[in-house]
Amino acid sequence: MITRQRLAVGACALLAALAAGIAVPAGAVADETTALAPKVNLLLDVSGSMRARDIDGQSRMAAAKQAFNEVLDATPEEVRLGIRTLGANYPGDDRKTGCKDTAQLYPVGPLDRTEAKAAVATLTPTGWTPIGPALLKAADDLNGGEGTKRIVLISDGEDTCAPLDPCEVAREIAAKGIGLTIDTLGLVPNTKLRQQLSCIAEATGGTYTSVEHTDELTDKVNQLVVRAADPVVTPVAVEGADGCANAPAVKSGLYTDREEFGRQRWYRVDVAPGQELRASVSVSADRAVNPDYGVLLRAVTTHGREIVRGEGNGTGRTDVISTGLRYPKAESDDEDESTAETVCLQVTNSFSAASGVKTVPGLPLELTVDLVDGPSKASDVASFGLGRGWWLLGTLILVGFLTGVLWGWISRWRVAVWRTN
Amino acid sequence: MRTLKNQLTCATRALGSAMLLLGLAAAPALADASPSASPSDGASAPTSAGTSFRTATEFDQGQQATASASAGDYLYWSFPADAGQRPTVKATVKLPDTHASEVWQLDVYDGLRRRQSCQYGAQTRTAAPGTTSVELACVLRTVRAWSEPWANDPLPGTYYIRLTTVNLAASDLGLPVGAEVRVDSKDIGGAAAVDGSLAEPLVPGIAVKSEKKDDSSTASAVLSSIEPDDGWSSGWWTDRWVWTGIGAALAALAGIGGYALTRGTGRPRQVPPGA
Repeated sequence: MITRQRLAVGACALLAALAAGIAVPAGAVADETTALAPKVNLLLDVSGSMRARDIDGQSRMAAAKQAFNEVLDATPEEVRLGIRTLGANYPGDDRKTGCKDTAQLYPVGPLDRTEAKAAVATLTPTGWTPIGPALLKAADDLNGGEGTKRIVLISDGEDTCAPLDPCEVAREIAAKGIGLTIDTLGLVPNTKLRQQLSCIAEATGGTYTSVEHTDELTDKVNQLVVRAADPVVTPVAVEGADGCANAPAVKSGLYTDREEFGRQRWYRVDVAPGQELRASVSVSADRAVNPDYGVLLRAVTTHGREIVRGEGNGTGRTDVISTGLRYPKAESDDEDESTAETVCLQVTNSFSAASGVKTVPGLPLELTVDLVDGPSKASDVASFGLGRGWWLLGTLILVGFLTGVLWGWISRWRVAVWRTN
Repeated sequence: MRTLKNQLTCATRALGSAMLLLGLAAAPALADASPSASPSDGASAPTSAGTSFRTATEFDQGQQATASASAGDYLYWSFPADAGQRPTVKATVKLPDTHASEVWQLDVYDGLRRRQSCQYGAQTRTAAPGTTSVELACVLRTVRAWSEPWANDPLPGTYYIRLTTVNLAASDLGLPVGAEVRVDSKDIGGAAAVDGSLAEPLVPGIAVKSEKKDDSSTASAVLSSIEPDDGWSSGWWTDRWVWTGIGAALAALAGIGGYALTRGTGRPRQVPPGA
């Protein structure tokens, strides 16, 4: 969890405003809170199949409604919550119309619990399952603001609106770099639905859950909404170059980029003498990839000499492969060399796409750069060159004793010489 | 001669009391075989897990972090580890009653997101169909205060835990599972005290955090705000000071003993009476 470093004043002002019911004072603070407010869009499948009565003896729709009511009660105050439906309005057979059937039931914004509950109560299972188009619209609903954005998709059947593959839609949404996560929940899922929903979740770094009972549904949606309320650092989008010369300069911070299979990404960092560069990189597998992979991060001088590298590799199912490196630049006494050194960072990955998987857009790449003061140099293996252990004690005692004896003999000898003279 | 003897006894006494003092100071430092982490008071253990390095749930050593999740999720936690500690990460996964064979794995990464090797412990385990829980463990290497930039040695800072299944049947995807993790560490003490130290612990985003300290109006989320309960160690104190000090004192005593031996006891025989 990223703990809150909330501005105490802001929190107090917000609390006071909430308690008193007046949001007039501290307009700037309120603006900042709105811009950073986490947004969640609940996307509910209201297709005809939701009539099936197989969740704890009640229909899937009833289970979803019950869960929504409980979630609406438990939603944290700061979360901007919206509800969108898919397949709620068009009962007909025309595929084209049915596949456009998605509507905003409750707009993303400050939550009025009674109103939202009333809106949910009106829903009746009706039409098609246009997951792809609904996801696109749901992403549009969340536009704007700096806070975390999350879509929670609840569905009981796979998309019926091919050829628009919802999984690719999800990947495109993720590639826009707006930092949106899609979590999916499958109600009494079959194999195909499971595959489709987990593919959507994987594409955006979200989670997939199978639901068989109402309480599971409530708990999971609640968990996801609360998770959205945790403040998370938003990465800055950057586009790495294919060589060092034209690479973008980065400073301390968190960056995000895309890297295609078998391509290189280069960035530049200025490291002043006496500073330490810390860089870590993660390449995420947001689609089906072959189960052996790796990542390489190299710090290279502008002349192409490698300074240090970090490598990571693995095997098996994975979400991410990561590595990092440290480069402390020595303090220089020479006046001429006191300028910062430009270090080029090269990122490559050895993921390979599974057969039939699209290779564009590239894999999500996350780069963390930290420039901190350099470490103090170690002049010895042991701390301050101090000793430790019984061998040390034994040696010291023995040497001390021998020195004492020697000193004693020398002084005896000197006394004897003095006496004879 | 008498004055010399007096001086000697005096010196012996002084050294003796110095030794006693040193010994007292050494006692806690030498008795270092006990687990050091104590459950932190106040902060309660987290009941959820993150889904990426960026959202990893922070918890302290000695706490039991729990999470309810779905099979196939990647669960992330992070904890602080300081120099001289040898952390042991233990995880228990509770599986549903019916499931196919699943392979669960526990990975530990350092603050630079480099994977850290486990010395011992079952890092990967296969849960046969019908088993209701899997226990995983990973004993890390001792955290050092300093290492060369080209080395992968564990350094003080944030450590990430990733718990996931690396192989599962499609039918098990999304099934509810429960997870528990706990980190305890053994204090290795002076034996692992190396020279040198990092200016800042290996905590991601620490450079951004210290910049923001000056300008508190923009404070918001940070990548990792982790810190041990009693702060990061300064790297100055090790029990090597005690060992070396005792060694020096014993050497001095032995030297005095050796000297005294060559002089014999009482008056020298060569000296005639009445001299």
